[in-house]
Amino acid sequence: MEEAHLPEEYGPRWSDQRAERLLGALVCAVVVLLLALIVTVFWRAWPSFAHNGLAWFGAGGNVDDQINRIYLSGLGGEGFVYTFHAWQLLWSTFLITGGAVLLAFFSSLFVAVFLVEFAPEPMSNVLAPVVRFLASVPSVIYGLLGVLLVVPFIGNHLVTEPQRASVAGVISLSGYSLLAAVLILALMIAPLMTSIFSDGIRSVRPGWLEGSLALGVNRWRTTWKIAVRTARPAIVAGTVLATARAIGEAVMLAMVSGSVAFAPNPADGLIFIFEPSRPLAPTIVKNIDLLGSEPANNTLFAIAAVLLFSATMFSLAGWFARRSMRKYGATA
Amino acid sequence: MGAPVATPPMPPPSGGFPRKPSKGLPQSASTWHLSDRIGLTICWALGLLFCAIAVAIVAYLFVQGIKYLRPEMLFTPATAGFSQGQTGGFSDAFFGTLIVATMGIAIALPVGVGVAVWLVEYGRPAALARVTESTIEAIAGIPSIVLALFGTVIFSSAALGFLSRTSEGVVFGRSFFGASAMLSLVALPLVVASTREGLSAIPQHVREASYAVGKTKIATTRRILLPAARPQVATGAMLGLGRIIGDTAIIVVLLGATQNFAPVEGAAFPFNYLRGAGTTLTNFVYEASPTGNLNQPEKAYAAAFVLLLMVLALNAAVDVVHRRARKVGTWSS
Repeated sequence: MEEAHLPEEYGPRWSDQRAERLLGALVCAVVVLLLALIVTVFWRAWPSFAHNGLAWFGAGGNVDDQINRIYLSGLGGEGFVYTFHAWQLLWSTFLITGGAVLLAFFSSLFVAVFLVEFAPEPMSNVLAPVVRFLASVPSVIYGLLGVLLVVPFIGNHLVTEPQRASVAGVISLSGYSLLAAVLILALMIAPLMTSIFSDGIRSVRPGWLEGSLALGVNRWRTTWKIAVRTARPAIVAGTVLATARAIGEAVMLAMVSGSVAFAPNPADGLIFIFEPSRPLAPTIVKNIDLLGSEPANNTLFAIAAVLLFSATMFSLAGWFARRSMRKYGATA
Repeated sequence: MGAPVATPPMPPPSGGFPRKPSKGLPQSASTWHLSDRIGLTICWALGLLFCAIAVAIVAYLFVQGIKYLRPEMLFTPATAGFSQGQTGGFSDAFFGTLIVATMGIAIALPVGVGVAVWLVEYGRPAALARVTESTIEAIAGIPSIVLALFGTVIFSSAALGFLSRTSEGVVFGRSFFGASAMLSLVALPLVVASTREGLSAIPQHVREASYAVGKTKIATTRRILLPAARPQVATGAMLGLGRIIGDTAIIVVLLGATQNFAPVEGAAFPFNYLRGAGTTLTNFVYEASPTGNLNQPEKAYAAAFVLLLMVLALNAAVDVVHRRARKVGTWSS
């Protein structure tokens, strides 16, 4: 190969010191970019938080009306209006994310155990690529299938006429609902959870499992009592990372959640799962045309700041949980 | 891949443990307690459900795609019309996806590989290395809608006005440049993670052998380590590409608002398009779905089918790279 005489040629141009400095500068640039992002988002968001205080997170009034008033105040000259109470959005985010994570957690745990321990060779050869494929389907495709298949199914078959009539004055139950959002979001985050869970379970020391098996414990209980427990850091990490992903999901939820500022109330009975709502992230997508108005811009950035803070906290927590796997000798 | 270092004589330990022998033990589930057997049934049911959902998604989109997709849709731009038959195709969205993918990965790949090399091979002030690691994790966790909003601030600034449309001092901010730059951040963590994994799986003695014959650190990295980690770099790049192609929020905010290319007048050829607004397949599907502004479900299916084909092709490519890497025998497969 001709590479043999290249070092002399590359020596002066690619001296070690210069390369290290260059790569160091690149790394610093990435770090600075992240800092700039955080500072910018919170700086743009500050007026909204400053005007509302903690009431920003509280209830009161309809969020859509408030956003509209904020937007209009940015066009006229009578001073900016900032009054914004995001409770409906926060509650919707909480319900949808919580429901999806709960659903995805249990199914992912079972599938991960199955994939690593119990699936026969041909089955796991199919299941592993299936999980990878489900993780890589773009969110608009999930959204499209949700809008054209899941939502009409819920609207036509699951919602009953008495239910529809009972809330007719408040909202319309058309199928765009909490249920559709939770189901599809769970499907979107389950592959991520499954792959992190199964990495964790796979990297448990075989000796520990063999010890348990040698004591006469059957494979099922060995798996749950030894493998799954040892892989707890990976399970925490997977759950937390998936939660971060779920909180930030915007486009799919904008399509299926119903996009109404409304807080479904579990106290109303089971009907609340058929009620539409809208979480934080889709609110930004839906109102993106309002960015030109200064107070609306600040309000949208305030929503983004809440998303940024919670998602970053979750993903850093997941990273720490994964690091603690290393003491078990795992690289997951 | 012809470098002899890529084929170790023996598969060295790669950090994990050998496959468990527990699978296939001569113990049948029939001796188990009922609760254990119910659990195993749930496992099977959920595993099959996952497969069924995947098959259903692919099959449904294939059927709908073949029903509604016409080859000319890929080459006719969208036009205004009253029925779905009159509104043209989505060529601009198709080429928009290709442009965004190329530009996004063109930024993410070198930066990601550079960061990974620094982390594994240099990483000297240890504090900076820790900060960098958590920075990459944090970037991976940032919702793309937040990246998009950040992009509106950067690319609407007067200093970067040359990257998008400017009229009377107001910077429009929506352009292929802006969208690709932000999308590269979506792909960056995947490239970094995958490259790091590849580099750190290479045993230390390979580096020592290279230093012993007088190569510098950077020459070792360029000539020995990166070629040996090529499968992982390629995997990271393809995973990143998949994320770029599939992202919608950034496109809606930083590129969309139109279903056609909107070239900037008075700029040289490639730049007039790249500085202008445009669309991608994800944006087209979003707008053409019943909740979007166009409401043309048939075209949405056709575009989603094209998008799904791209994703499937990328997945298949990752598989091929993995399989080939395993055949050649790299350190980390």
